[in-house]
Amino acid sequence: MAEQAREVLLQVRDMEVTFGKGRKKFVAVKGVSFDIFKGETFGLVGESGSGKTTIGRAIIRINPISRGEVFFKGQRINGKISRALDKSVTQSIQMIFQDPMASLNERAKVDYIVAEGLINVHPEMSRAKREEQVSEALSEVGLLPEFASRFPHEFSGGQRQRIGIARSLIMEPQFIIADEPISALDVSIRAQVLNLLSKLQKERGLTYLFIAHDLSVMRFICDRIAVIRTGTIVELAKTEKLFEHPLHPYTRALLSAIPMPDPDSERTKVLEIYDPTRHQYENDPPVWVEIEPEHFVLGNEQELADYRARLAK
Amino acid sequence: MENKEIILSVRDLNVKFSLRGKVLHAIRGIGMDLYKGESLAIVGESGSGKSVLTKNFIGLLDNNGWIDSGEILYYGMDPQHPVDLAKLKTDEEWRDIRGKHVAMVMQDPMTSLNPLKTIGWQIGEALKLHQNLRGEAARKKAIDILSDVGIPEPERRYSQYPHEFSGGMRQRVVIAIAMACNPRILVCDEPTTALDVTIQAQILHLIKELKEKYALTTIYITHDLGVVANVADRIAVMYAGDIVEVGCADEVFYDPRHPYTWALLSSLPQLGIKGRDLYSIKGTPPNLFHPNRGDAFAARNPQALKIDFLHRPPYFEISATHKARTWLLDPRAPKVDPPEHIKNIRNIRKNMTGGQCNG
Repeated sequence: MAEQAREVLLQVRDMEVTFGKGRKKFVAVKGVSFDIFKGETFGLVGESGSGKTTIGRAIIRINPISRGEVFFKGQRINGKISRALDKSVTQSIQMIFQDPMASLNERAKVDYIVAEGLINVHPEMSRAKREEQVSEALSEVGLLPEFASRFPHEFSGGQRQRIGIARSLIMEPQFIIADEPISALDVSIRAQVLNLLSKLQKERGLTYLFIAHDLSVMRFICDRIAVIRTGTIVELAKTEKLFEHPLHPYTRALLSAIPMPDPDSERTKVLEIYDPTRHQYENDPPVWVEIEPEHFVLGNEQELADYRARLAK
Repeated sequence: MENKEIILSVRDLNVKFSLRGKVLHAIRGIGMDLYKGESLAIVGESGSGKSVLTKNFIGLLDNNGWIDSGEILYYGMDPQHPVDLAKLKTDEEWRDIRGKHVAMVMQDPMTSLNPLKTIGWQIGEALKLHQNLRGEAARKKAIDILSDVGIPEPERRYSQYPHEFSGGMRQRVVIAIAMACNPRILVCDEPTTALDVTIQAQILHLIKELKEKYALTTIYITHDLGVVANVADRIAVMYAGDIVEVGCADEVFYDPRHPYTWALLSSLPQLGIKGRDLYSIKGTPPNLFHPNRGDAFAARNPQALKIDFLHRPPYFEISATHKARTWLLDPRAPKVDPPEHIKNIRNIRKNMTGGQCNG
């Protein structure tokens, strides 16, 4: 990631996502803002129910946004947009889903699954050209072009996830939202898929929004990480900075809980437990502050003073 | 290994399944000992047979599976006259063992509780069957156990239903039910896979506490090497229905010998270097429908020796507690270096002493 002249690819401003109405109203995402730069891998980490998937789904317009705006390459893409823009956004933003067992159509063959997006966006494309693109996409993710005539159940979990990746690649996207792409896979297969994702990023200059709950994977793959809890981002920083100087108590709790494959460090590890009632936000509401260059944290006056003191150490 | 009492001993166990008219050889001649009061972690990919192995200890093998040969000797009832669990067939025969001696915590707390019964009823059921407690006595005991597993306000929680509990709390309830029978051995099958990281750490801590308090012997089944490092005294690495390496936690993590253990450790993102490719294991595990010759991992091992494809390696002892099934340890074998960062781990711990597993 080049330090200078970073181009902002995606901007999320004050996003709010609400489910239900009236008394059943539930605000899943509360006023979230962040930028994603071109060519980077931006990580969104949080526990189940934190709203991380909802943010991804809201960007790709599966879930409507109740307040706020999303800009892609400077153009607003949420709410009512022109048909031409809709088509171009559909093509340039793709998603990879968590469970490769559930996200592929059981009754369709691989060639249809992979080509479906093309059929919708380029209906004029000839059959031969489409087949050529499908086999290209399949070989790019390390599958044999012959697999096109098979059904999803004939593949292992890792291979299915590759099909899911091929399906999004064929659209030649610029931005891919990967929602827990490796959580459902086996340890030995995870590395294969992670390597594939970073290979594709290098070759095609892709930008990723990587959604996961596993900070150890995040550390390996992400350039910047945002930590989200109950619909609010509590801390955002470059990966190494976040691991070196975690400030928000929730981030610290998450980091302390990462299981490390090292018996010595596990024996001496001290768990930090996050208690949300520790914040006294009634009289002194928290603000989102850039506490040091490119390190943002949520806190009130008193907490921020503590964080600054910790950074100064 | 002096003064360590064996509580469970598996001898040359073979388990087969009949699937779509074909026979799948799921456990291929496993031998292992479980010592009293220890915590053993069984690590492996899905399909390596780790769950199948432990299901035999509690008699929950699926209907299409059977023990083809071998013994599972349980010494917990009478150390002089062990019971062979492999011989037990009916539920009546199992009733004395299951729950009272060996209990199991399943992976997914969302599906292992009955949604129609209160938590209190479900714990009470175990108390009634195994400890013959009824009425007020059972209720008191259940509330005791609930507070034991760290559930706040146990009196109120006692009469609630599973849907009123969060995932972590449900897993605590599942553990409470297992503990209600006062087992000697607690098998935890992926106890935290369905849980969040912070909750995972709490549940692992709870199981460790209970283990100390009730002098339990625990078996963890997991694919997460981070969890293993946290909980295990000893580690058994399984691949394709066989234990390929077994040793103390320190030995397996800092001085692994089997190429599969190397590969497994190397592919962890925790040990990866950013910007470089992670080590990844090529290919897929072998098909257990077919008989496997030689070392089952050979086909995926870039450094495999010729003999790996021909003959199955025996166990080679590295220390009194550490052994691995690989021809690399044979004195005649060429010197094959483990991957780079495995060597780094090794250097840090060069002066490690083998032969003792401390808990």
